[in-house]
Amino acid sequence: MENKLAITVEDLTKHYGNFVAVDHVSFNVNNCELFGFLGPNGAGKTTTVRILTGVITAEEGRAVVMGFPAGSLQTKQLSGVVPEQANAYIDLSAWDNLMLMAELYRVRASEAKRRAEALLQEVGLHEKRNHLVKTFSLGMRKRLILCLALVSEPHVLFLDEPTSGLDVQSTRLIRGTLRKLRNEGKTIFLTTHNMDEASELCDRVAIINHGKLVAIDTPERLRIGAGRFHVVEIGFEKPVATETLSQLPGVDKVEGAGNKVKIYTENPCGLVASLVDFSRVHSLPMVALNILTPSLEEAFVRLTEEVGHDR
Amino acid sequence: MIDSSVALDQVRRSLAIAKKDLRIYYAKGPVVIFGILMPAFLFLAFSIGRQMPVNSLIPGLLGMAVFFTATAVSPVVVPWETQARTLERLASCPVAVWTILLGDMFASVIFGIVISFVPILVGFMTGASIHHPFILAIGIILAALCFSSMALIFSFPATSLPSTIMMLSSLIKFPLVFVSGIFMPVGELPAWGKVIASLSPLTYFTEVARYCIGGTNRYPLYLSLLLLLMFTIFFWEAAVTLHKRTLPRRL
Repeated sequence: MENKLAITVEDLTKHYGNFVAVDHVSFNVNNCELFGFLGPNGAGKTTTVRILTGVITAEEGRAVVMGFPAGSLQTKQLSGVVPEQANAYIDLSAWDNLMLMAELYRVRASEAKRRAEALLQEVGLHEKRNHLVKTFSLGMRKRLILCLALVSEPHVLFLDEPTSGLDVQSTRLIRGTLRKLRNEGKTIFLTTHNMDEASELCDRVAIINHGKLVAIDTPERLRIGAGRFHVVEIGFEKPVATETLSQLPGVDKVEGAGNKVKIYTENPCGLVASLVDFSRVHSLPMVALNILTPSLEEAFVRLTEEVGHDR
Repeated sequence: MIDSSVALDQVRRSLAIAKKDLRIYYAKGPVVIFGILMPAFLFLAFSIGRQMPVNSLIPGLLGMAVFFTATAVSPVVVPWETQARTLERLASCPVAVWTILLGDMFASVIFGIVISFVPILVGFMTGASIHHPFILAIGIILAALCFSSMALIFSFPATSLPSTIMMLSSLIKFPLVFVSGIFMPVGELPAWGKVIASLSPLTYFTEVARYCIGGTNRYPLYLSLLLLLMFTIFFWEAAVTLHKRTLPRRL
């Protein structure tokens, strides 16, 4: 079982003074999986990833990466890390940063040069390879950081908010690279609070809030599972008072006014049948009818709010 | 107990860190000022106008040069890297805490050794004679190792402000210069001065230099070399222990 798992986390706990940053968190990440770790700011995402990458240690629990304890030299050798802050050496060139990383991972010089050339080409920094990093924009620095993490050809890649604050071009480039890496069979652990990114890229996602894991599943299942209330969007030929629609069976809440309204319900099929009846009885033709699936963002907000209210 | 092959592998990785330090930090203003210019001016202020024999001046100048250059950068690399968040990058690489420190130490040692050629050259030009060049070379290497490992201890407080560490290290370094036989041979110090001098590692290097250049040493050569080695081991062990404790607070 364990050898199918790239990362195993059991009861991981970390305090900063009296503040519980990570509270008995447990999860597994499969080999070759792109695993998303979502949460609002201060939820414990970065602390978790820093424990897994050996930057800090947990007080309780166990974390294993590729069969070795998180933070061990063996684990670090097999991992690549893209931290939230672009932390290349700004007084060195992009090329020298890559060569330094290659030396720290003991990659042979000829192989390091080949990989560095290919990576810089891929992220569009080859022409700037001899420029000092201090002259780079944030997007260029983040792309370089990705290259630094990949020069050792790691088995597991940890990325902490890799596209945060980036322009569309850099974001697309990084997402494209992540997709390619997943197809090549790398295990990727991605922390983000960008729901579109998680929904688009991740095989599974875990949601953490106030240090506790609140959900873990595929983005699709989380969307459906968290959607206790579905939204039916309906438009009639003439405006209908929201109070009238609120009287229909199964309606939880009505939003909007005029010709098009959003109706929240636990039973979308029953509501649609009621709306069809309503339309027929009042001789009021429908011009639009959509059942909206909850987005991952809605699932995220619902799950994180639930935990917030529980506290 | 660390496996010897793992240890050797880590030593190789530390060379990459040393190379990086040499490329980035040795041209930084504070390093040049505190490592070269200030001690040079201090020495000139003391020696100009005095009728001191060259064989007495050069060992002191050599001691100053090796001491200040070997302690110039190793205390500030860690706070500098904490500030730039590059320490976090190193911490996520497959290197141990001692590997990072060893890299910083190697860089300081190389800097100290290279700069030691300046006073030796000055000595040659002013007529000083080196009677035991091989022993002097061993002494310089040992002293550079000793002083740079001592300087690593200065940087253990978990701060990201290099200026704080520079101030702290200057507070310790400058008084040491005056009690270590740099400006005046240990034999000429008052009794209390001799006691304090015996606690300073710089004294033992100055003694080695005096033996090799002027032949006016007070302590036996073997004792000076042995004590330099023992200070190095003590400082290194202390630095690793202290940094292991404070590193997590920096990240």
